[in-house]
Amino acid sequence: MQVGIVGYGAYVPKYRIKAEEIAVVWGEDAEKIKSGLCVREKSVPSIDEDTATIAVTCARNALEQAKIDPADIGAIYVGSESHPYAVKTTSSMVAEAIEATPVLTAADYQFACKAGTAAMQTVMGMVASKMIKYGVAIGADTSQGKPGDALEYTASAGGAAYIIGAENVLAIIRDTYSYTTDTPDFWRREGAEFPSHGSRFTAEPAYFRHVLAAAKGILEKNKMQPKDFKYAVFHQPNGKFPLNAAKKLGFTNEQVSTGLLTPMIGNTYSGATPLGLAAVLDEACAGDKILAVSYGSGAGSDAFIIEVTKENEKRRNKKTVKSYINKKEYLTYSIYSKFKGKIKGVSLEK
Amino acid sequence: MWEDRVRPRLFTYTGGTKMKGLASYWRLIPQRYNLIGTECNHCKQKFFPPRKICPTCRRHGEIKSYKFKGVGEIYSYTVIHAAPDGFEFQKPYALGLIRLVEGPLVTAQIVDCKPDEVEVGKKVEMVFRKIFAGGKEGTIRYGYKFKLVD
Repeated sequence: MQVGIVGYGAYVPKYRIKAEEIAVVWGEDAEKIKSGLCVREKSVPSIDEDTATIAVTCARNALEQAKIDPADIGAIYVGSESHPYAVKTTSSMVAEAIEATPVLTAADYQFACKAGTAAMQTVMGMVASKMIKYGVAIGADTSQGKPGDALEYTASAGGAAYIIGAENVLAIIRDTYSYTTDTPDFWRREGAEFPSHGSRFTAEPAYFRHVLAAAKGILEKNKMQPKDFKYAVFHQPNGKFPLNAAKKLGFTNEQVSTGLLTPMIGNTYSGATPLGLAAVLDEACAGDKILAVSYGSGAGSDAFIIEVTKENEKRRNKKTVKSYINKKEYLTYSIYSKFKGKIKGVSLEK
Repeated sequence: MWEDRVRPRLFTYTGGTKMKGLASYWRLIPQRYNLIGTECNHCKQKFFPPRKICPTCRRHGEIKSYKFKGVGEIYSYTVIHAAPDGFEFQKPYALGLIRLVEGPLVTAQIVDCKPDEVEVGKKVEMVFRKIFAGGKEGTIRYGYKFKLVD
């Protein structure tokens, strides 16, 4: 049974902070940071935004394109490392906000930055087995970086939602393949405010090992080569890793550039690969093939081979990723600190 | 499925403790999340917050649930400088009276802009945002706000 994307929706908050604005606080060289991470600025959620508001906005945008009856949605899974509640689901809020309740199943996922693609695989399986007609998979985050840490330059906010079904698809998901191991490269313990990471350890044994293995695995399984694809999207914790991964696999910068958003908006964590894929779908035409590979610390990668249909051009998404990226307002570090609740002694939630 | 939970009550702030107003918040979810009001099938007048009886048609009226489109224009607004508890870190912010395209006036925050960008007559659309939270351990209340249309 052919399974694919019936509609997708993206969202990136309006506010941004430049690398220079962060670097000056910590006495670091902004140019060095910008060239090292390939990140110029990052998105910042407004004071009244969180993963739930982003997930709802993405889901509503996806429904606008899919034009399906929300009552036909049988499952909603939201992947994030910043769910607003430790106990109580973001997915049930999304379900209520898109009027998909009450006859559906829903749950929240966490797998660092790949929770959104894990959600996509779940609903793909449910649609393929005819358990449900449509399923919604969302990757959304308002990620946290410890003040002064390298992550502060990249940890940002955004997300994308995918409505998966079997009819009227604008892109067919030809195959998916995952590679998972127990790798302690990045973590956050229950109750801890900020995540910790293994610095350089996050590169070779973590990001590259999993991304490359998942990409090679799916290519071999499907007897395909990098030249068979018009676009490729790799998880983008910074602007450099995805370009290096692409090079190692034999993809060109041209294949990767459309879906590489980190230099402009930072790392949207669970939103990163889904948002990169959305940016590609905004431009892709019938017959174009896309390789998408996520990465989540802990660690694992999910790879997808996607083929765009004529339907994508017929029902072009009006709320493009580019429109969200271009609409921006810069914040100072002090206002950013307030928005993110980083000011000591001040609780934004009374 | 909503009708039994829809009550014609205005939004009120009942934060401060983690339990206060839990049931009324839950009851108002259809209104807060999706601007679900009512419509009189007889005279086609639409109501938000929802009414159970049409004040024009009265016993001849027939009330049914109606989902507003979530678009309108600014009818009037004020800028809040002395904000109530729970909103003090957002000041100064614009609080508007929004004339929905279907007719009713709705009071809501106008976000993602500076107060001096707000003008009477500007087009707005609904967004889903956090309204307030009952402390770090309480529930987070979400609902509609509006933003300027580009």
